[in-house]
Amino acid sequence: MTDQTVTIAEEDDSVPAGPGIEIKNLYKIFGPDPKRWIGEVKKGMSKEELNRKHGHVLGLTDISLSMPPGKITVIMGLSGSGKSTLIRHVNGLIAPTAGEIICDDADVCQMTEQELRHFRRARTAMVFQKFALLPHRTVLENTCYGLDIQGVPRAKSEPEARRWIDRVGLRGFEDNYPSQLSGGMQQRVGLARALTTDADILLMDEAFSALDPLIRLDMQAVLLELQEELQKTIVFITHDLDEALRLGDRIAILRDGRLEQVGTGQQIVQNPANDYVTAFVREVNRGRVLQAATVARPLPESNLPDMKLSGKLVLEEAARRMISAGASEALVVGARNNPRGVLNVSDVLAAMVQPTETTSSQPKGG
Amino acid sequence: MASGCWSLPDALCHFPSLESSTLRTMRKTVDGGFRDLVRTYSDWIDAATAPLQVALNTLEDAFTNTPWIVVLVVLLALVWGASRDWRIVVGTTLAMLMIGWMDLWDDTMVTLAMVSVCTAIAVVIGLPIGIIAARSDRMQKIVNPVLDVMQTLPSFVYLIPVVVIFGIGKVPGMIAVVIYAVPPMIRLTNLGIRMVDAEVLEAAEAFGSSAWQKLWNVQLPLALPALMTGVNQTIMMSLSMVVVASMVGVGGLGKNVLQAINNQFFTMGFLNGFALVAIAIVFDRASQAFGHRLQKHREVRHD
Repeated sequence: MTDQTVTIAEEDDSVPAGPGIEIKNLYKIFGPDPKRWIGEVKKGMSKEELNRKHGHVLGLTDISLSMPPGKITVIMGLSGSGKSTLIRHVNGLIAPTAGEIICDDADVCQMTEQELRHFRRARTAMVFQKFALLPHRTVLENTCYGLDIQGVPRAKSEPEARRWIDRVGLRGFEDNYPSQLSGGMQQRVGLARALTTDADILLMDEAFSALDPLIRLDMQAVLLELQEELQKTIVFITHDLDEALRLGDRIAILRDGRLEQVGTGQQIVQNPANDYVTAFVREVNRGRVLQAATVARPLPESNLPDMKLSGKLVLEEAARRMISAGASEALVVGARNNPRGVLNVSDVLAAMVQPTETTSSQPKGG
Repeated sequence: MASGCWSLPDALCHFPSLESSTLRTMRKTVDGGFRDLVRTYSDWIDAATAPLQVALNTLEDAFTNTPWIVVLVVLLALVWGASRDWRIVVGTTLAMLMIGWMDLWDDTMVTLAMVSVCTAIAVVIGLPIGIIAARSDRMQKIVNPVLDVMQTLPSFVYLIPVVVIFGIGKVPGMIAVVIYAVPPMIRLTNLGIRMVDAEVLEAAEAFGSSAWQKLWNVQLPLALPALMTGVNQTIMMSLSMVVVASMVGVGGLGKNVLQAINNQFFTMGFLNGFALVAIAIVFDRASQAFGHRLQKHREVRHD
């Protein structure tokens, strides 16, 4: 069944101009003398051996990942997988042992301290898991923080800050201190602070992980809505696959410092690359993740069904509409209403309930 | 002899110390050398300390020559400005009036002048050293043992070279007080900066802060409670040290206490002692209230 499906999820996505981030063969070893062991690690020394024999910890192994401009790239992994280490390489908070991070033809890893500071000020902004707001500054002052550092006078930075405080829904709280706000509101400040500098790269380190589930959904919606308009290059770290699927244009799954699979959410749910990914994907509510276009059959020669469905609809919604229309088949159309494939009720049902064939004998966990 | 030695050889029983004549020669050489050195440079030392001497005298004169009512009003204004708490202001008024009634006003003014100068100098020296110690582990390893020595060495011991170098007077007294009062400022600055939330610091870094910006925007403001405790401790230690400093010629309440000790004047000792306690409490409450006021963002907690 899977080999018949057409994966067209990415097809109608236009690529906006702007910098992407290209990570090439990145290695990170923690310890007193990482350079000494990098050769051995490249030759294939295992993480365990490096730790046991030489007392160094292998953080990241041979990461190559391209993050397209204007898109949300989610890096997903459990704790200890190296995801926080990886995101800190992008703005040079951590220097790699080997490898390159290319952004706009410049290698972040080769930058001098001063170039790096300039790069951070002009190009990147970061949102943190525990908000990392300055407790002695009000919401407004916190939001101005990035511009303060750049030496922008308050007369200029304040209107900008107020605009973003408005956009994240905190109007009226400008003069409050962070300790007076709830977690969700504090992270809105964190988001406003990051957006105010107008950097085109937004790094979000488990930005919503510390929030209650409902507030997390809320914040995800806020982020998606903003991204619709801003089209920033976002790197989003999470340990939650549902969050990854909801936000990510591209998802990279990280385990023990290695990339297990990189692809769109549809690709990862439909074709998990290995047992580890499969174990994750099994918990996913497929009906709310898989899209009509993902499971549609190729267009037949003739006899196109009358009912039309957008390819972006999730299966649950597609099924609901087909049932209420009493249709057993529907035509899946793309963004400009051009036909893409045909979806029938049994395919929908199969995709929603049937785990992919490779999973059937695999034990859970990883 | 053998009986007290558990039949051990003499070298293991009585510590084989240096000959007393050797020790005497050693002491004489070091003391003499030191004294000669000081004599050689005495003009230079006097010239270097002269401005300090003048400043101390001027401040002391300013405190003692100003009519008491003016000093009291200024002091109360300062206390109100720092604490915004009328209870502390009333307490200060009562304490100062009691001191005046007991005819200790002038001595208290001398002590206040000394303590304010010493505290200011201790903060000015302590803050940068604390910051440097917080920035480098190696620096901390150097600074900490020095502070340990400064805090445990009996103050009389370092008063000896200070007196040899600077003679008797306010300057050596001030140096003794500062040596005693500066360690808590250094330690608490160091500790406060090291305790700053690593994630907030990382955020500052991620937005492209320079080292100065991190210090000014994040480390010092977040270390403020510790810094204020440091200032508070420095004041307290200066106050307790002025009694010892009176032995090298610092006047004021300390001198009276010293006299009381020498002559067993019970009442005089206690009155002067309580005057010291009273201004200690005033300083303590006012500086703590000031510290709290600087952190008004901590007042309201969400959860």
